[in-house]
Amino acid sequence: MGDLVETFVELIRRASTELPADVEAALRAAREREDPDSAAASTLETILQNVALARASSTPVCQDTGVPVFYVYHPQGLSTRQLRAQIEAAVAEATRRAYLRPNAVDSLTGRNSGNNVGIGFPTCHFNNGLGKERNGLGKERNGLGKERNGLRKERMRVDLLLKGGGSENVGTQYKLPYEPLKAGRDLEGVRRVVLDAVYQAQGQGCAPGVLGITIGGDRGTGYVHAKEQFFRPLDNVNPLPELAALEERLLRECNELGIGPMGCGGKTTLLGVKIGVLHRLPACYFVSIAYMCWACRRARLEVLEDKTTFS
Amino acid sequence: MALYELTIPISEKEVRALHVGDTVRLSGVMVTGRDVAHKYMVENLIRAAAIPESERPLYEELRRLLNGGVIYHCGPVVRQLPPPLSPPERGGEVRASPERGMEVGASPERGGEGRGRWEFVAAGPTTSIREEVYEPEVIAHFGLRGVIGKGGMGPETLRACREHGAVYFHAVGGAASLIADTVKEVVTVYKKDEFGVPEAFWVIRVEGFPLVVTMDSHGRSVHDEVEAASKAALARLVGLEL
Repeated sequence: MGDLVETFVELIRRASTELPADVEAALRAAREREDPDSAAASTLETILQNVALARASSTPVCQDTGVPVFYVYHPQGLSTRQLRAQIEAAVAEATRRAYLRPNAVDSLTGRNSGNNVGIGFPTCHFNNGLGKERNGLGKERNGLGKERNGLRKERMRVDLLLKGGGSENVGTQYKLPYEPLKAGRDLEGVRRVVLDAVYQAQGQGCAPGVLGITIGGDRGTGYVHAKEQFFRPLDNVNPLPELAALEERLLRECNELGIGPMGCGGKTTLLGVKIGVLHRLPACYFVSIAYMCWACRRARLEVLEDKTTFS
Repeated sequence: MALYELTIPISEKEVRALHVGDTVRLSGVMVTGRDVAHKYMVENLIRAAAIPESERPLYEELRRLLNGGVIYHCGPVVRQLPPPLSPPERGGEVRASPERGMEVGASPERGGEGRGRWEFVAAGPTTSIREEVYEPEVIAHFGLRGVIGKGGMGPETLRACREHGAVYFHAVGGAASLIADTVKEVVTVYKKDEFGVPEAFWVIRVEGFPLVVTMDSHGRSVHDEVEAASKAALARLVGLEL
């Protein structure tokens, strides 16, 4: 597989400086929906100008470049230890080139490592092949079915998410039943706690954000798989009809909260809601809500036999 | 809702004229400060029985900068610039460059770690509410006129704004590249090695930094109003009294 460090640096550069087309399109649509003279419209206009400027000058869309979360789908026999070493080298180099802000802080000493490498930092998930078990959705249920057929020829695929701290702070996990909202262990209960989470977040997660939600799992897997939902394009429809309906309803109702861009009021509080499911213990019913800011930074790298493509 | 062009230092009269919803284009020299910096200021400089000798120069500099000044809740992405040519090679002149981040005069009293050797690449605001426990004291002690951040602050800061004559300015979260463009000079930086790049005191000269007043010196806060309205909407959507 050879030296992939420079390829990984390019993946990081794209994730950090080029907002995905579907997210940009959603922001444009949101701007059109707001009253032209409103603070909300002005905020969205500023965001869109910033997106264009960042892309043109190859500078980070947001100064909080977050924690890089790599999902590596690799062929059998490739050393994950070597891959991690290359990813770490790439992250350090990307920091040096100012695509990333140094964000790895020692939790005991408070010292910033300076190069985005630390204990468990960056986050890497390694999978042999494309792992239907990984994302808890099953190959029939992850909404990416059509794509999967084209992936057999791939040697490796790397998905990168840059998950910022501000939005991470407003992610939350409920256990149902949740008495304050009379939320029971059903989709109606899920709806109630998700609305509550968005209300509690106000604008602190840099609204209009995207929600990634897992119903089920344990306290750890719930959050991990919630973040994977951010790889679904915003207009992707959940193949499970009851979840598709809930996603649409929650998007509409969260916008009715009127929190608006940056929490200063407006018609768009969220750009999307994406929900996945994992099996759970009988005693536990967790709803894990990962909050992604409007700068939903994701990028994909596919290494084929003869070429490398980014998307 | 009015538009104001303000330059730091800002007077109390100018601040009291501002109301929630007003837009401001701000120019002048300000300081960044977030989690570690606020804890440091309050614990080591404000509440300390005596300020340690080693911290005295920074304390004096902060007093000078923040009196009538502005703190910006921001952890920037920065790029280090190559060192400028020394004066003898340029015929004894210290060249002032209009470009962002270039050395503009070596001033002996401006200490810090690396005058003019840095450039701001991305500089949007961080979430301000984390500084709520510290900000009222910082406003009171240093005579701060403005706090820039995102997401607003709480009742204690709102009270300090009313009592001392200060406002909260909201910058657009994530307008990182746009805001970095308004930073015309990185004057210097304090505590970079100790606190790390995101948490250091960056002293920056800005021009035309676009802001909206969301908490004024008259007790009004957009954030309180949006929270109340969204709570009512939530109650309706779940059919409960909250």
